Amino acid sequence: IGHPEIFPLVFTTKTQEIFNCRVDEDVTEENCFKLIKKEDIIQDLKTRATISDFHPVKKVVLEYPGEELLVVFDAKFQYGQNFYFVASEEAKENLLKPPETAEEKDDDKEEENREETLEVHPYKPPVHKPWVSLGSEKEVEEESVKDTVTKIKYMVSRVRRKFGAPITFTDKNASHVKDSYVECTSYQDKTFSIKMLEKDVGVQMVPKVREASTQTKWTYPKNAATQYFPRQLSNEEKEESLSSEKLKEFLTSVHLRMEIALQQNEIMNAFFDDWKALAEDESSSGGKPDVYLKAYQSFTDLRYLKDRTISCICWHPTIYGIIAVSARVWLSYEEQVNLSDKSLLQQSVILFWSFFDPIHPQLMLECPEDIYCFQFSPSDPNIIAGGCINGQVVLWDISQHEEKLQNAKTVADGIKVTAVNMVNASILNILQYIYMSPSLMQVQQSSTEPPLVRYCAVSSIQNSHKKPVTDIHWLPDYFEDNRMGATFENRAEICVQLVTCSPDCSILFWDIPATKLPEQPSSEKVKEEEIFCMPPDVPDTFKHLDLCWKPLIKINLHKSDTNTEYSPVRISLKELHYHYKTSEKVLSLNTLEVPAKDNPYTEMSTPSSKNLKVLENISTDFFVGTEDGEIVYSNWKMEIDSDSAKPHTQKYTIHTETINTLQRSPFFKDIVLSVGGRNFAIWKEGVTNGPILQTSCSAGRYTAGQWSLTRPGVFFIGRDDGNIDIWDLLRKTHEPSHFQNISESTITFISPWIASPKQHFLAVSDDLGVLHVLEICQTLGHPSRNEHANVLDYFEREVKYLKYCEQEFQEYQEFQ
Amino acid sequence: AEVEETLKRIQAHKGVIATIVVNAEGIPIRTTLDNSTTVQYAGLLHQLTMKARSTVRDIDPQNELTFLRIRSKKHEIMVAPDKEYLLIVIQNPCE
Repeated sequence: IGHPEIFPLVFTTKTQEIFNCRVDEDVTEENCFKLIKKEDIIQDLKTRATISDFHPVKKVVLEYPGEELLVVFDAKFQYGQNFYFVASEEAKENLLKPPETAEEKDDDKEEENREETLEVHPYKPPVHKPWVSLGSEKEVEEESVKDTVTKIKYMVSRVRRKFGAPITFTDKNASHVKDSYVECTSYQDKTFSIKMLEKDVGVQMVPKVREASTQTKWTYPKNAATQYFPRQLSNEEKEESLSSEKLKEFLTSVHLRMEIALQQNEIMNAFFDDWKALAEDESSSGGKPDVYLKAYQSFTDLRYLKDRTISCICWHPTIYGIIAVSARVWLSYEEQVNLSDKSLLQQSVILFWSFFDPIHPQLMLECPEDIYCFQFSPSDPNIIAGGCINGQVVLWDISQHEEKLQNAKTVADGIKVTAVNMVNASILNILQYIYMSPSLMQVQQSSTEPPLVRYCAVSSIQNSHKKPVTDIHWLPDYFEDNRMGATFENRAEICVQLVTCSPDCSILFWDIPATKLPEQPSSEKVKEEEIFCMPPDVPDTFKHLDLCWKPLIKINLHKSDTNTEYSPVRISLKELHYHYKTSEKVLSLNTLEVPAKDNPYTEMSTPSSKNLKVLENISTDFFVGTEDGEIVYSNWKMEIDSDSAKPHTQKYTIHTETINTLQRSPFFKDIVLSVGGRNFAIWKEGVTNGPILQTSCSAGRYTAGQWSLTRPGVFFIGRDDGNIDIWDLLRKTHEPSHFQNISESTITFISPWIASPKQHFLAVSDDLGVLHVLEICQTLGHPSRNEHANVLDYFEREVKYLKYCEQEFQEYQEFQ
Repeated sequence: AEVEETLKRIQAHKGVIATIVVNAEGIPIRTTLDNSTTVQYAGLLHQLTMKARSTVRDIDPQNELTFLRIRSKKHEIMVAPDKEYLLIVIQNPCE
């Protein structure tokens, strides 16, 4: 171990005696070296042979070069035995001498340390020594992986003659096998079950996560504001920089890029998604609902509407869910002719219905005679104008009941209002004895009766129409006419003028003047009495007009060729396009602000007519539908030159019976729908050849028609068998796209309405006095993406076609 | 002079709503819009251009911003930056 020259030996006592190295006598701990002659050792070896102590080192002794061998007494058993034998001369020398030098060296070193001098050991390059194994190769061998079992080698071979032999395939029907599926299934082979005893797994250290938090100091927030304005250059500075060279260079370098970008945008829109644009059109015509018009509610009243037919329906423009209906007695032709013989047994009324109370009407407007048609004033929905069967025009003011209408929820609300009426009723009872007219206030004493509103003003009988007023419209609020027929701007911005027409061949324009008209004293007295006798709960808004109201302008429709006249039944003015002011907003049902000021009509003052601007671009053309089924297109402005006294008119005869509807499209100002008799037609203003669209005679009669308010190409036609036909011009133009039966009797009037963006209603009335309110489904209510443009396209195509047809006809005639 | 001519040519393109020339500090020098709108556009777009320029430089220091286009629903704003000036054009890519 370690030193190959050192051989530990055991000396027995006999050997110690022979060589004079007895322990503790010749050889002590200090004096442990003993030199023995080589010859002696050899002699000893010969004499004692195997029992000699030197026997293990016999070979070394024989090879020893020197004469004397060193034997050292190992008192501390350093090398394992009590003596050791040094086998080489150098080691002998080293052992004899170094203990002496080591002692000297130690002394030197101590001296050196005291003196503290650095001793620089000269650099000795490492000397190549043979590799001494310290046992590391054993460790390496233990760790290395070796095959414990020799790998098994298989050699698979096939008989040579089987290669390249022709192969025969056979068919096997897959269905014969279970599940029609053949496979080689896997199975567990018992011969290969090796139990895994040891597994090599890798492990990775992960740092431990620790949560820590800090809190910052919270200083309470303070509002701070700064005010700033942008820096701007003065004009001189701007001029200076504009003329600088740098700007010129900048612009020259930049303008090319900019122009390229601008041109790119002009060429095409890179972000237009064609796919998406295509998809939207398709989705609208997708799922068809079963029922286009869902029945929402229907209203009828047994007392007031018995044996009556509904002549006109009007939705309240601002309050959600209020609809007004006017009724008239259904008269046969002879009875209609002899109006004067008829005596009304029952008062005719206009009923107000609310969605929330289908049984009791909310309000009743008393009418002097049967009402043929009526309209809410667009600027103030509390003013209602109606046309009577005897040719008079009636005005109502329901501003007192406006709040009640807004809160029309249950019958319980009605009790509050009638309390007020009770008070009035008691006063009126006193008056009753004086005033001979039948008091209708008795009706109000029970709480379930709707309040009755008397009319405020009736036009004078002499100056009204001679025949029933069949159509009434408010003129829009941005212009008004004067006596000469010229249009002026309307400073007051409220609707003050009406136009009515009647089969007595005249169209009348009515004006609601602001102040009292100057009257003769005598007639004033008469009026005062009459005014005094009016029940006090009638608002005095139009007191000055009552029974003395005269029309402003009267137009007689003469036929141009013969000397007869037209008898207009319906009128449609070009400028009739007004929208009720809040119709497009979502109405908050119960929180409509009651206007703080009074009825605007009471505050009107006559503007000085000198300063009013004459409006040139208001069109004064109008369409008229007559009793005989003609459509007349005329102008009411009086011509300045006298030779053409009669206004320029156009006449079309397509319908065979009375026109019952003449309505402009809410989307296109120059498209008019006319319904009468067995067919209906669509006209375009300016196209004088004929109608754009005309249907063939149908089996039943068309009795009512209205454009849809939301879709440009859709309109509703009512028939005499109780059906509603829904026409969609983009789908089919030869027949209705859908029809639905609403009631058993003739449809008398249709009125569509947009109550909220999700709810579109269609009010339909029939001959039995029943009002049906239907809900229009979404597909019918919402227009598709380019519907407006498509419908416009369609109309233009039809116009072109008409022109082409006429050209062809003319050419044919010339040819003849 | 030439400056006027170039600006007029750009303004005459189809759909161009406004043209603004802004100096390095964001103060408009020349515009075809009213003052308040111009000042608003100049301030906002100047900041945005600085940001865009620094972004491009951060990603690749050898690169630099040449053109900035912002497309919105109603119109397109195009900004051509330079060392000292900024040219802003608002165009309506009308359909």
